[in-house]
Amino acid sequence: MKKDDVPQDLSSLGKITKEVCYATDSNGKYVTELSSGWDVKITALDTAWGDIEKRIAAAKQQVLDGKASPLLFFLEYRLMDIAILAGYTGFWKWQIKRHLKPGVFNNLSDNKLQKYAEAFNIKVEDLKTMTVHED
Amino acid sequence: MKIDFEHRQAAHCESGVTSNLLWNASGGKITEPLAFGIGAGLFFAYIPLIKINNGPAIAFRTMPGHIFNRTCKSLNIPVARKKFSSKEKAQAFLDECLDNGHAVGCQVGVYYLPYFPKEYRFHFNAHNLIVYGKDGDNYLVSDPIMEGTNVLDSYQLERVRFAKGALSPKGHIYYPKENKDITDDQIKQAIKSGIKKNVYNMLNIPGSFAGVSGIRNTGLKIKKWRDRLGLEKAGLYLAQMVRMQEEIGTGGGGFRYIYGAFLQEADVYLPGNQLTEISSIFTKAGDMWRTAAVHAAGIYKGRIGSQEDFNTMGDYLLEIAAVEKAAFETLKKIKWQ
Repeated sequence: MKKDDVPQDLSSLGKITKEVCYATDSNGKYVTELSSGWDVKITALDTAWGDIEKRIAAAKQQVLDGKASPLLFFLEYRLMDIAILAGYTGFWKWQIKRHLKPGVFNNLSDNKLQKYAEAFNIKVEDLKTMTVHED
Repeated sequence: MKIDFEHRQAAHCESGVTSNLLWNASGGKITEPLAFGIGAGLFFAYIPLIKINNGPAIAFRTMPGHIFNRTCKSLNIPVARKKFSSKEKAQAFLDECLDNGHAVGCQVGVYYLPYFPKEYRFHFNAHNLIVYGKDGDNYLVSDPIMEGTNVLDSYQLERVRFAKGALSPKGHIYYPKENKDITDDQIKQAIKSGIKKNVYNMLNIPGSFAGVSGIRNTGLKIKKWRDRLGLEKAGLYLAQMVRMQEEIGTGGGGFRYIYGAFLQEADVYLPGNQLTEISSIFTKAGDMWRTAAVHAAGIYKGRIGSQEDFNTMGDYLLEIAAVEKAAFETLKKIKWQ
């Protein structure tokens, strides 16, 4: 890539930091050049987030329909899978699968709820009510 | 306390951390591209069995940790490294290092990294940064991909050092134990050994998931994605590939440009080996990866999406595989002058 071709399409990252790219100057010598983003990868990231939003919405519907506990919603909201959540909470995967059932979730002790809240970086109350605050 | 350390922005986190940690010892000689090349950083792997964010794992660089290890080993620099099961011990060890005047590399997860924009926070645990001081409860952080430095309080730092999921860092901390002088002769030897290792990784790893055969195999698979996965999921997979290839941390073109820069710098140490000429092949490979990314974007944006478009996409990778194969075979055949 030529230095002058280093793209400068402003991305969400570009507002915070520019990134270093390696490119060649007019003599073919490699130099570094800062880029504020590239349309091709901005849309790649948008595509990934579009899919995530869909998964979150589907999870929310499952909870509202009484088919899953709010854990499912926050799992998707925090882009986690059961293995990651098990890592953060210390629960076994099979325990988490049980807690995904609304009936089981509603009877969880405060202690256990607190572990989940910590893993999701939210308050216990928000966990129960499926409330999100932008962070 | 604050350690004599200067933040320098880099393209890639691990080669940046390596270069910055060795900066004083090497008198600034171990630049990012040299660290990347000596560490045999260039790679390709496609591992469909491992799912990352519901897509296949695709890597354009070597395993996390290898660049720092290999670079230090090749330059004969003793390395201290530690992982922890206890968060308290991890913090105590970090504090002790800082008290002893060591800036240290830390492996972290980016999901709860507060200075990253939300859109970039995934459960990716192989990010690297340098901690170079402490001020009250705040740690001074030099993240090589950022323009400036950052501050994390002890809870924030603990959270990212103990991020969970695949490749969880477990408080992983590393630094060069002593500031040994690095001679030009050592650098020359290290460059040769780095190239040799990279040639092996790209040409000789058995199976068809890694190296140039991995690129070829992925190209063949992509042609079947439309039928096998459906247009939407195939688009998601391609978007994932483009992100691994071009996102922050790669220097562009799936790390091929950093490698090109490495070969140019290597040529100064080892002239008469055609390294500058071979560098231009990697520039071409990087350009081809970017052309492929533009085509992929057409698919995940929904502008194109016929089977013919997927065939073209796959063919791009087949061409790249051929170009990179030739480049590494040329590197393999070098009789060092």
